[in-house]
Amino acid sequence: MPLSDLPPDGVVIVGAGPAGLACAATLLDQGDTFVTVLDAGSGAGGQYWRQPAPPADSSDPGALRPDAMRGLHHDLGTFAELRSRLEAGQAAGRASLLTDHHVWTVVAAEGGHVVHAVDRSGGPGRERAVELRARHLVIATGAHDRSLPFPGWDLPGVLTAGGLQALLKAGDVALGPRVAVGGTGPFLLPVAAGLADRGATVVGVFEANSPTRWLRELRAVAANRTKLAEGAGYAATLLRRRVPVRTRTMIVEAHGRERVEAVTVARLDASGHPRRDTHRRIEVDAVGVGWGFSPQLDLAVTLGCALTADASGTPVVQVDEWQRTSRSGVSAAGEACGVGGAALAVAEGRLAARGIVGASASDAETAGLREEVARLRAFAAAMHRAHPVPAGWADALRSETVVCRCEEVSAGTVRHAIAERGATDARQVKQLTRAGMGWCQGRVCGHAVELLAGGGSGSPAERLVSTPLPLGVLASRKSRAM
Amino acid sequence: MSTFRFDDVSIPFRDGQSVGAALVAQGILSWRTTRLEGRPRGLFCGIGICFDCLVTVDGVPSQRACLVRARDGLDVTTQEGSGYAAE
Ligand code: FES
Repeated sequence: MPLSDLPPDGVVIVGAGPAGLACAATLLDQGDTFVTVLDAGSGAGGQYWRQPAPPADSSDPGALRPDAMRGLHHDLGTFAELRSRLEAGQAAGRASLLTDHHVWTVVAAEGGHVVHAVDRSGGPGRERAVELRARHLVIATGAHDRSLPFPGWDLPGVLTAGGLQALLKAGDVALGPRVAVGGTGPFLLPVAAGLADRGATVVGVFEANSPTRWLRELRAVAANRTKLAEGAGYAATLLRRRVPVRTRTMIVEAHGRERVEAVTVARLDASGHPRRDTHRRIEVDAVGVGWGFSPQLDLAVTLGCALTADASGTPVVQVDEWQRTSRSGVSAAGEACGVGGAALAVAEGRLAARGIVGASASDAETAGLREEVARLRAFAAAMHRAHPVPAGWADALRSETVVCRCEEVSAGTVRHAIAERGATDARQVKQLTRAGMGWCQGRVCGHAVELLAGGGSGSPAERLVSTPLPLGVLASRKSRAM
Repeated sequence: MSTFRFDDVSIPFRDGQSVGAALVAQGILSWRTTRLEGRPRGLFCGIGICFDCLVTVDGVPSQRACLVRARDGLDVTTQEGSGYAAE
């Protein structure tokens, strides 16, 4: 729908994942405002309910079908329900879903905000600038895999765990045939189970932490039995497919010349350092590693929304009991407020919507949602405590190991900047070495650099442009009366 | 089956796949070399975050293969360096 056809002052939701969809569905149920949902992907669902792009020609027998991906998804019933609510809203002229729309910035304007996006649906070279006015803005931008460098991690065939899963969910491609999955966190299990179910030989899931850490979190676990059942389901798949799950173990090196050919794994000692005497080499064709997720905070940081830290010290958007940020007219829901999974994102999205329509704090539904958010947040905090990055994650780094993949800055250069030139955080390292200055703007190496500099996660870098823009799009922007 | 061109090869794909997924499905794991060390790169994050997967599509450089949808007759070429105009 072209800009001129959109009502001028609706709610604009950035992100069509669980949080954004739930927010949209509740707004359509509870209010009478126009709802626009933008997403960079080719359809609704986000990373969690990621689907193949809808076929251009629905009679093509070779086209990917979302139905074929059923086994890879959890709680598709909720997705179907939320999406059909949005579709009903679209049919009634009350909602719009703009896919392939990359939001690159948001600026304050009279009566709300203006959202600037690039519409990439036409394909390369045919991008189009889109501006939307928002009376109320909802940041539901989700999260991306957190990566840590290790020797060989830049070899082709080494991906993030989420990257392996995205290939599977959106492309029906199981990378392999032999694949190793490593890092930490419950997310590694569905990735490995999905690959094994699609015929890949998963040589192992290498989880850096010990399951006994969860014993300290029994209260949060007991209150969230569905989470337990979900995990048990994946564990059963791995058992059936004879996938070994090795705890207190990490992938310390990937080997190969033009592509990955093998990995070395090592057991971690009690203080979280890989033991050299336990090195084991395993032949593989692909690797997926993930150390949890980093919330996408670019828009929140650009807008100056107050941030806070989650249980692992990661910066997240600070919200009140209605999911409102410190900026008036801006709410946030889902992983941007702290990584906690889809069920939490859905509850927060609903709560944000109720806040926007001015629901009463005392109604039963609001109270129920708040309880759910509190319970799932407690589980998320337990998960962060049970799955920290091990103290010895950087032991295996060699001086020539690349840390910043974009600018090709090595661990030796980064360590020199810290030890010899006095850099104490990622920003200073970046100034001295260019680490974090390339295309990805430090999204991939930022966490590692921050850890190497001895800090926590630090304050996130301000990235004015959330997505790189073709210059033509900027040039073609017509000035519109706001 | 629909195909696109990748340098001089014809790559089949299933409608709905990204250029990156189609290449990987054919066993092609890298399609770019880095600017300084000439290291091979392909998919890493798979979701548009890392920019490792850059390709030139229909003459437009620095497109993320993991995001660009494969279309019949697309002309995809490998890219050397960062793709910045200055290089
Ligand atoms: S693989 Fe990371 S941007 Fe494409």
